[in-house]
Amino acid sequence: MAEIPDITIEVSNLKKSYGSLHAVNDLSFSVKRGEIIGLLGPNGAGKSTTMRILTGYMPATSGSVRICGLPVASQSEETKRFVGYMPENNPLPDEMRVSEYLWFRGRLKEMPRAKLRSRIDEVLELCDLKRNRHRILGRLSKGNRQRVGIAEAILAEPAVIIMDEPTIGLDPHQIIIVRDLIASLRGRMSVIISSHILPEIEATCDRVLIINSGRIVAQGSPSELRHEIFGHTNYRVELSGDLAALTGQLSTIQSTLKVASLGEPDSDGFCVATLTTDSNADLGETLLRILPSQGYRVRALARSHPSLEDVFLAATRRSWDARLPDKKNGQSDNRDPLPNA
Amino acid sequence: MRHYPTILSQEIRALLFSPITYVTAVLFLLVMSGLFTVILDQYSKEALEVAPAVTFFGSFWIPVFFMVPSLTMKSFAEERRMGTLETLLTSPVSTAEVVLGKFSAAYIFYLLLWGSTLGFHYILHAYAHDARYLDAGPLIGGYLFIAVSGLLFISVGILASALTRSYEVAAILSFTILFTLIFGLRFLDQTAALNTGFLQPAKATVDALQIMSHVDDFTRGVIDTREVFFYITGSVLALIFSILGVEYKTLNS
Repeated sequence: MAEIPDITIEVSNLKKSYGSLHAVNDLSFSVKRGEIIGLLGPNGAGKSTTMRILTGYMPATSGSVRICGLPVASQSEETKRFVGYMPENNPLPDEMRVSEYLWFRGRLKEMPRAKLRSRIDEVLELCDLKRNRHRILGRLSKGNRQRVGIAEAILAEPAVIIMDEPTIGLDPHQIIIVRDLIASLRGRMSVIISSHILPEIEATCDRVLIINSGRIVAQGSPSELRHEIFGHTNYRVELSGDLAALTGQLSTIQSTLKVASLGEPDSDGFCVATLTTDSNADLGETLLRILPSQGYRVRALARSHPSLEDVFLAATRRSWDARLPDKKNGQSDNRDPLPNA
Repeated sequence: MRHYPTILSQEIRALLFSPITYVTAVLFLLVMSGLFTVILDQYSKEALEVAPAVTFFGSFWIPVFFMVPSLTMKSFAEERRMGTLETLLTSPVSTAEVVLGKFSAAYIFYLLLWGSTLGFHYILHAYAHDARYLDAGPLIGGYLFIAVSGLLFISVGILASALTRSYEVAAILSFTILFTLIFGLRFLDQTAALNTGFLQPAKATVDALQIMSHVDDFTRGVIDTREVFFYITGSVLALIFSILGVEYKTLNS
């Protein structure tokens, strides 16, 4: 196998249309060696289509995909050698045994017999399948099936691993096992996983691509995305006192700090206020010092982190609404133009 | 063709694990042994001109109609329905290797099942103690016909399976194509319209494509290269269409 370059996946201007429907619309991104990328998007966003094009299973309408420097469209036989792929729902032949299946797949992936034998032991160990090696695939539990799929994908030690929703339908315990397994590949193989289970992506991925209607609507590490999409920090305060004067008091603390929402006072006279600021600095201590000195009684204060879920909802909603409510002037625009519909 | 042996052994294994294979085998042996008994019964009542083997192979179409669909229907349809075709085609194998592997596995089973009918002739010979019953000529010709025509029949079954994701549809489709090949062409041959002068070349072509008369030729010991050529090219064509069918379906999936 040829030397693996630093950029393992290069996608540029990828398009795939079915008649008038654009499943993938002008998608461009690249993946470095050893990076774990999360592909995030609502159902029908084009995640599976993109993955199928990357594996060479399906041709693109236009645009180019290069795996380890080789174009998938014209040299798919070669690029398939670099890719380990686990399709959506992880289809497995029901009548085979785990070790037989891995042997068959390893032979198809052109692994020499002697190496394959030890490698199967290795991946079974890695995926915690040793006890199940002689069991029939059709009788395995969902979690074990999923792990067989992952074992199959990493079997030939490919440079690129593509997994379509690897954690779908697993219980929380199995999700953690699968997540650790994926994290253990970091640095050695480039991994692309798709999911709409957001904590998954947040925990494992170095970089997240949020896709909606076939376009990238946001990309970056989870923390970058939070900042890019929201651009502000929220604080949740439970306090009582002169609420009418609160806005004025806040602007003396920090110029952009203001009340975003104010709840009704409860029986003790405390109400929940959400404060928002454009500043990245942590204002928690300042708030705790100044608010009581102005005669407010503070019961609780927390800095709220928007979860990736919020980022995702905001990013996908934004592209649906075709407007940029959170966009500020002067911020560099590296995003694709939004659809008019 | 590096992956051909791997795919072939995998397909043979899949057929061995499939209950449909055993149902087919039992049904085949039941039908063929019933047929053989009826033929022997006839021969015991009156003297007939042709050897029992000729009559036996003359009814080759009865098992072909259920055997070919049941051996081939699952090959692509099932894999496509399960989604395993996607994993198969994303590994570094070519569609041609997959099609050939599946075809060879089904063909080997087809030959094995027919091969088991050799036992009938042996039993007849062993119990009748009469050399005339084991006439080598028609037997060799008959089995040669089965082997050569099987190429076409099995590849038609593979083609039907490559075109759909439901194996029921694949089975019905391959039955229909086989029926058209074996009996449709015969009916066409008998239509009066073909007898008009300028359709004479068409009539000659249809005449040459009579599978029922090919079997007569083979069992009589006439091995016409044109007939062999027909089966081989037909089979190659059906396999090429199967490759195109599989690729077309993935292009548009």
